[in-house]
Amino acid sequence: MRWYYKLPLRLRSLFHKNKAELDLDDELQFHLQNQIDEYVAQGMNPQEARRAALGSLGGVEQVKEECRDTRQVNFMDNFLQDVRFGSRMLRRNPGFTVLAILCLTLGIGVNAAVFSWVEGILLRPYPLVSNQERLVALAGTVRDQRDQTSWPDLLDVQRSCTLCETLFVSNITGATLSVGERAEVITGSIVSANYFDAIGVHPMFGRGFEPGEDTGRNAHPVVVISYHLWQTRFKGDAEIIGKTQRFDNVVHTITGVMPEGFYGTFVGRAMEYWVPASMVEAFYGGSGKLEDRGARWCEAYVRLKPGVTRNQMQQEISAIAARLEAEYPGTNRGRGIKVWPLWNTPFNHASHLLPTLEIMVVVAIFVLLIVCANVGNLLLVRSLARRHEMTVRLAVGAGRGRLLRQLVTEGLLLSGCGAAGGMLVAYWCRHSLVLLFPGDKLYLPGQMDGRVLGLSAAICAVVTLAVGLVPALQTRHLALADTLKTEASAVMGARGRAWFRSSLVVLQVTLSFTLLVGATLLMQSLRNIRTTSPGFSTTRVFDTSVSLATAGYDAPHAKTFQDELIQRVLALPGVEAAAYARVVPLSYGSFSSSPIAVDGYEPPPNGQSTDELYNEVGPDYFATMGIPLISGREFTRADDENAPRVAIVNQTMAARYWRGKNPIGQRLQVKGNWALVVGVVNDSKYYSLEEAPRPFFYVPLRQYFVIEPDIHIRTTQPLQSIQTALIREVRALDTNLALYEMITLQGLVDRSTSEQLAAVALVALFGGLALLLASIGLYGVMSCTVSQSTRELGLRMALGAGPSNLLRLVLSRGLLLTATGMMIGMALALLLTRLLGNLLYQVSPRDPLAFLGALAVMTFASLAACFFPGWRATRTDPIRALRAE
Amino acid sequence: MAKPTDLVQGTLDLLILRTLTLQPMHGWGIAQRIRQVSREVLQVHQGALYPALHRLEQQGWIRARWGESENNRRAKYYSLTPDGAKYLRQEQAQWKRLSSAIGLVLEMS
Repeated sequence: MRWYYKLPLRLRSLFHKNKAELDLDDELQFHLQNQIDEYVAQGMNPQEARRAALGSLGGVEQVKEECRDTRQVNFMDNFLQDVRFGSRMLRRNPGFTVLAILCLTLGIGVNAAVFSWVEGILLRPYPLVSNQERLVALAGTVRDQRDQTSWPDLLDVQRSCTLCETLFVSNITGATLSVGERAEVITGSIVSANYFDAIGVHPMFGRGFEPGEDTGRNAHPVVVISYHLWQTRFKGDAEIIGKTQRFDNVVHTITGVMPEGFYGTFVGRAMEYWVPASMVEAFYGGSGKLEDRGARWCEAYVRLKPGVTRNQMQQEISAIAARLEAEYPGTNRGRGIKVWPLWNTPFNHASHLLPTLEIMVVVAIFVLLIVCANVGNLLLVRSLARRHEMTVRLAVGAGRGRLLRQLVTEGLLLSGCGAAGGMLVAYWCRHSLVLLFPGDKLYLPGQMDGRVLGLSAAICAVVTLAVGLVPALQTRHLALADTLKTEASAVMGARGRAWFRSSLVVLQVTLSFTLLVGATLLMQSLRNIRTTSPGFSTTRVFDTSVSLATAGYDAPHAKTFQDELIQRVLALPGVEAAAYARVVPLSYGSFSSSPIAVDGYEPPPNGQSTDELYNEVGPDYFATMGIPLISGREFTRADDENAPRVAIVNQTMAARYWRGKNPIGQRLQVKGNWALVVGVVNDSKYYSLEEAPRPFFYVPLRQYFVIEPDIHIRTTQPLQSIQTALIREVRALDTNLALYEMITLQGLVDRSTSEQLAAVALVALFGGLALLLASIGLYGVMSCTVSQSTRELGLRMALGAGPSNLLRLVLSRGLLLTATGMMIGMALALLLTRLLGNLLYQVSPRDPLAFLGALAVMTFASLAACFFPGWRATRTDPIRALRAE
Repeated sequence: MAKPTDLVQGTLDLLILRTLTLQPMHGWGIAQRIRQVSREVLQVHQGALYPALHRLEQQGWIRARWGESENNRRAKYYSLTPDGAKYLRQEQAQWKRLSSAIGLVLEMS
């Protein structure tokens, strides 16, 4: 009744089992003695009295067992007994046990690893940051296209927003850091002053930013550095606070060091330093970024108040944006602000990785199901072998519930080992997602937190039940008399017991077929992408840039430097051409865009925008990039700020705006200025290889000047030597300058397709594994069927069936299973391949070629799996088969 | 392992608890006392007595302690806990109501 009476008793029963047993013995012994005394007193002799007393007690052991039952030790006792027995059974069958545990390790490990990626990259991407479940991202929109937001707009949102707890800005930036001899470009964040308070992470020593440090142009050169930077570049200097350090060309005072394990708030990169927004122009260049509503550079996050939904937030933000639009039509016309969930943050890698991770979750679940089916199948085979044991146990009086418990306990042992192994696998793989993006220097940590562990434990429980109950279902069919007498012989293709195993095989075939279709589709798509010409040459052209803006160059100095540098580069051995351009295609950089006007072109009345993208490029750009000039001329050194404005358009633009007429000599209005079209070039790819041809034009860099353009170099030299030479030339001009990453254009192409590559690699890997598992399953079922129907095969042989007949019999039975699985798999694949939508390029999700390919592979694999059992069937010795019974 | 029916079991519990209100007693003594008090009508079978004692102990209604018996043997003495006494009062009232009701029905004609 009361726990304090019960608990000690229970514990005693469990841990002092011997003591409890002795007590019971003593108690009954006392009773017996008294009974004997009584009988002796009644005049029996001692021996008779003893026998009579034992008789009246009615079986000492039964009484004891009943007393034990009331103590409820039997449950624990039985469990331990089951565990001991189960592990003995598993040890006796090491091959089976190892195979089953390996399968389960794989299944559970893959799931736990994928969960840890989803957790660490999409759901809780920012270690140490508090209440991430209420964080959302804010991005601007212009006519439904995404854009950045401006600082004054965000300040207004922050002031008038009632549903948000806090709003903070966190922008990614880079800086050249020279400590001692080494200079390198490191990644950091430009943040609002409330940043550290808002995320709830504070420096481990020193201070964060004070209110007001994000105001005033370049007014507060203070910086907080990461633990990693402090350890590696400052050797863990304990006196670091208050020291100064050049970040780019601006001397900053180090005010704080962040705790270990904090990487900032950007999915895909680990941040090394944080500066307040007042320093934005030192890092981004430009002017008026803090006051100008038209200067859009901010990326922001909002933490919702508890209980507020994203929809409510969106409504309030939209209302605020509409008010701003009405108040400041000059800068805000057509602009809004959109709320994004953290896992789809548009301005970091989250949104890129979302489709890949979605596919991974589906694939992982598929693998788990296949693994369960396979292990279930293995257990079924074993339970057939153990049928005799089970029958005997039933015959000597074990309840079916007791047998069930035994089987589930064995399942628990297997899945427990599998889960332990799976956790290890997941732990090792938690940071390995980044391996799928080689050369990208991404930082994509997984997160093994309580939620991931809980989910994995739930999976383990489900697996336990699945693999434990499958053989238990089998014992339902045990008819005592039949099985004790003899092993009944099965008939090829007979219904009955085999249907369950067969349906497990069909399930495996279904799932692996679906994975194969997915893998084939993705491979076709990747091949299409990789063979798509980007429209420029990729192999011998290198791209990099020099840190002019961050080194504090103004326009006149930058122009002189650019001219001198390109002269020196062209003089380098092996260099064929070199040119500047503001943005390199297929990179993360965004092209400029402007509403344009063309003489004689009326925009269609449906309000379609005439905003087009353009790039600011230097002389010889098209020769360097290998983009063919169709007519007219390239930009030359003469097209400078003093010359009349000119432009070059691509084919699609010429076709859309001049409708087949030659655009050369016509006028084009860009940002309010008229320019003369002097050339037409071939279309190429601008943002991604998958994009459709789009209108695009080029203007001379000198007429639309930027301080820090990329430099493209076409050369016969390898990357290493051109990089060394370029660094030497840059240092010769100014020792304060650093080179950003140098990469071939092919490298950029590869990078832009890395998500597809990752998805292909993953789905192909797991598709292959699934195929292997399904083949093993099919092989198991077929060999079991063959060995069980020896008698029938022998009979057929005796009646004149040749080996080829028997082989055909076995193969056709196996193929029937495969065909059923493939039919269902086809339906499933038709449903699921739509998930791949975003990753497929010029491949329909229902591409018949992919389905046929998967069909061929699956059929071949199942023929291979059935061949050995079939061959064994042909070796049946009819005499022995018939005599055996 | 057939269990006694609920009525029998409940009745035996009641008898044991009632017997223990007098003084702590060992199993043998309880059986003897019930036999004597019921004038040899109720013979408590030992096979039912000990499981019942253990069950009552598990439920916290009685407590066991080892002691010395009248004939100097080691014996397990059971005594009533406050919870057990409360339970007994409830059950006694219930029993009286039930038996008088049954009596009414039986003497009806």
